[in-house]
Amino acid sequence: MIAELGLAALWLAAALAFLQMAAGALALRAGPDSEIARLTRPGAVVQGALALVSFAALLYVFAVTDLSVALVAANSHSLKPWIYKVSGAWGNHEGSMLLWVTVMALAGGLIALVERRLPERTMQATLAAQGFVALGFYAFLLLSSNPFARLEPAAREGLGLNPLLQDIGLALHPPTLYLGYVGLSVAFSFAVGALLTRQVTPDFARVMRPWVLGAWIFLTLGITAGSYWAYYELGWGGWWFWDPVENASLMPWLAATALLHSVSVLASRDALRVWTIMLGVVAFSMSMVGTFLVRSGILTSVHAFAVDPERGSFILALLAIYIGGALLLFALRAATISEGERFSVASREGALVFNNVMLSGILAIVLLGTLYPLLTEAFGVRVSVGPPYFNPVSAIFAIPMFAVMAVGPLLRWRRDRWGRIGKQLALIAALLLAGLVLISMIGGIALLPLLGLAFALALGVASFLPLRGRRLARTPLATWGMVIAHFGIAVSLFGMASESAFSTERLAALEIGQATTVGPWQVELAAVGPQAGPNWTALAGQMVARYDGGNPVEIVPMARSFWAPPQQTSESVLVTRWNGQLYAVLGDAAEGGRWQVRLWWKPFVTFIWYGGGLIALGGMLSLIGRVAGDLKRRRVRRRARQRREDAEVPA
Amino acid sequence: MRRAVLLAVLMGAPLAAQDAMPPAPYAYRQLDDAAQEAEAQDLMETLRCLKCQSQSIADSDAPMAGDMRHQVRIRIAAGEDPAEVRGWLMDRYGDYVSYSPAMNVRTWPLFAVPGVLILIAAAVLFRRFRRAR
Repeated sequence: MIAELGLAALWLAAALAFLQMAAGALALRAGPDSEIARLTRPGAVVQGALALVSFAALLYVFAVTDLSVALVAANSHSLKPWIYKVSGAWGNHEGSMLLWVTVMALAGGLIALVERRLPERTMQATLAAQGFVALGFYAFLLLSSNPFARLEPAAREGLGLNPLLQDIGLALHPPTLYLGYVGLSVAFSFAVGALLTRQVTPDFARVMRPWVLGAWIFLTLGITAGSYWAYYELGWGGWWFWDPVENASLMPWLAATALLHSVSVLASRDALRVWTIMLGVVAFSMSMVGTFLVRSGILTSVHAFAVDPERGSFILALLAIYIGGALLLFALRAATISEGERFSVASREGALVFNNVMLSGILAIVLLGTLYPLLTEAFGVRVSVGPPYFNPVSAIFAIPMFAVMAVGPLLRWRRDRWGRIGKQLALIAALLLAGLVLISMIGGIALLPLLGLAFALALGVASFLPLRGRRLARTPLATWGMVIAHFGIAVSLFGMASESAFSTERLAALEIGQATTVGPWQVELAAVGPQAGPNWTALAGQMVARYDGGNPVEIVPMARSFWAPPQQTSESVLVTRWNGQLYAVLGDAAEGGRWQVRLWWKPFVTFIWYGGGLIALGGMLSLIGRVAGDLKRRRVRRRARQRREDAEVPA
Repeated sequence: MRRAVLLAVLMGAPLAAQDAMPPAPYAYRQLDDAAQEAEAQDLMETLRCLKCQSQSIADSDAPMAGDMRHQVRIRIAAGEDPAEVRGWLMDRYGDYVSYSPAMNVRTWPLFAVPGVLILIAAAVLFRRFRRAR
């Protein structure tokens, strides 16, 4: 009953998405006050409510483990902890698509309810574009991925959930990324609305900015969390492998980062109109790639749990319509927008344009390296593209980008002189040089980690220079956001370079009571014994670790066996210090009563994710600052209107 | 153990039999020479585990990855150059085994396109700022 309700709500939501699209599109001719046009906003609101009902129904059938629903039977299990039963609702292909479209519909309902700053015609075109995007998802769900399909007769027990997915990080990771993708789709809808009605204005940029910022924050968090998850859960000590699925989440982030900076320039300087629209189109395309390419089963990798080649053709058609349509619209309309205000090389806009080009370059490299193996595979040749390719080739664009990133925020808008910031430039250059010389004296460090460490040092200091000479208490929140986010990049870069330059690994076959060393750590294997959990049994290794002969820390890495479905995982243990992490894994039994033990000492590896957190925090501060400013402006305007009306009454 | 192997062979499951064999000596053992081990480690991180999805042989517990690690370590220990070891593996398993694509007829776009991108980026920036002046 509940499942049928959810399905009915989904069909109705799809119908309303169609209405929203048709009404908004007809409104372009009929005018913003025509009767059909006035259906657009209510259509969006009701569509949001219906999608929410549908998703709630899915949550319900998962929460109560209704095994007559095929999706529940395939992905859940009555013995699973409750929290993973619920998160199982979106830990699968159909459910995650439903979550996606639900968030999108809610976002549409929200802008239909509250957004009044743009001309009504533009808003209607925006909602029409949104309806169009949503309709594709509804069609995909209803025609090829029905989450509510019944199983006749009902299953007696569920097939369980991949034990790798029974982890709170992973329960939250995909929805976080999806929120980011949805935000970029909303930003894209605004771009289409502005493009169709020729309203690429600073007002449009101000309306679009919070969506881009929000999307960017979620993507940052999602990528950071995903990387940490891979690091501690997969048990091989790596944190980024340029795996196609990882790349699929990185590409929207790169595009969103460029878009974020471009939309800020448009909002405050009325420049970069074409750039902003183009990046909006690219960011949306990348988020569609991120959503669908992973799902299509084309990219097979450790992350792709939802591999279903049958849906592949539907997905590719949808991708072609979305991306092709977006690019076509851009090509047809871009010529009608003028470029906006001009600026010189030595200006903040100049630096932003330079770095947007660099970000686009990195994006193109990642796209090439991700898709090229698929292309050759179609012709029967298999090649692999991995870290040895991506690291140096993306550095071609990343290194100049870090340099300009250190300098750009110090420049004034529109036109500046290098001489004015000569002292700061000298400081940054000196730090960079000193870093390069001093760190290379340690010896044995490859070029890229060396550059990374030196740039991290220079950028870390440079990111605070924009605060010089400001009264800190009166510095706008958005400026703090920028400073912290840029500092976060430096912190993260430092962590990456340090991990790559200074990590040490130790493989050893230890007898009980025997010890080994890794870096400054001494680790002793005290005992190995069995342990049992709610849905697994494990071999647990009791180890005692000492840092530099200090206090002993007891750690218990395990090799777990789940039985539904049967799968082995290694539960690694991390010992975190301020200056790095000890990473311990228990391997198989070796000959002569020994046990395989794998240990890493990774100096400052945690800075990678601290940096990610700082970047997201910077985004949040900026978002709060912007939205608070918008609300304040709205209050002021309303009060002014009231005063005017009050003044008119006696007259 | 021996009985299990025998049983598996009798039942015609050679793959399972392989899994039950102890791993090659250097699959989970580091070379004594730290410099050689570092060289081997760097190389293993850029070789694909052919039985896994997107994992290097350094990161994989698959038996085949263990055998390949063993090969890499003993060859490095015997004084072979990492490039030679990579070449030897690529001759056996094809380009697919190396995460570091070699430039050849099949992979030249991977190297040509970044060059073109640099030119495009330079052209975009040049046009933008020439007009601005």
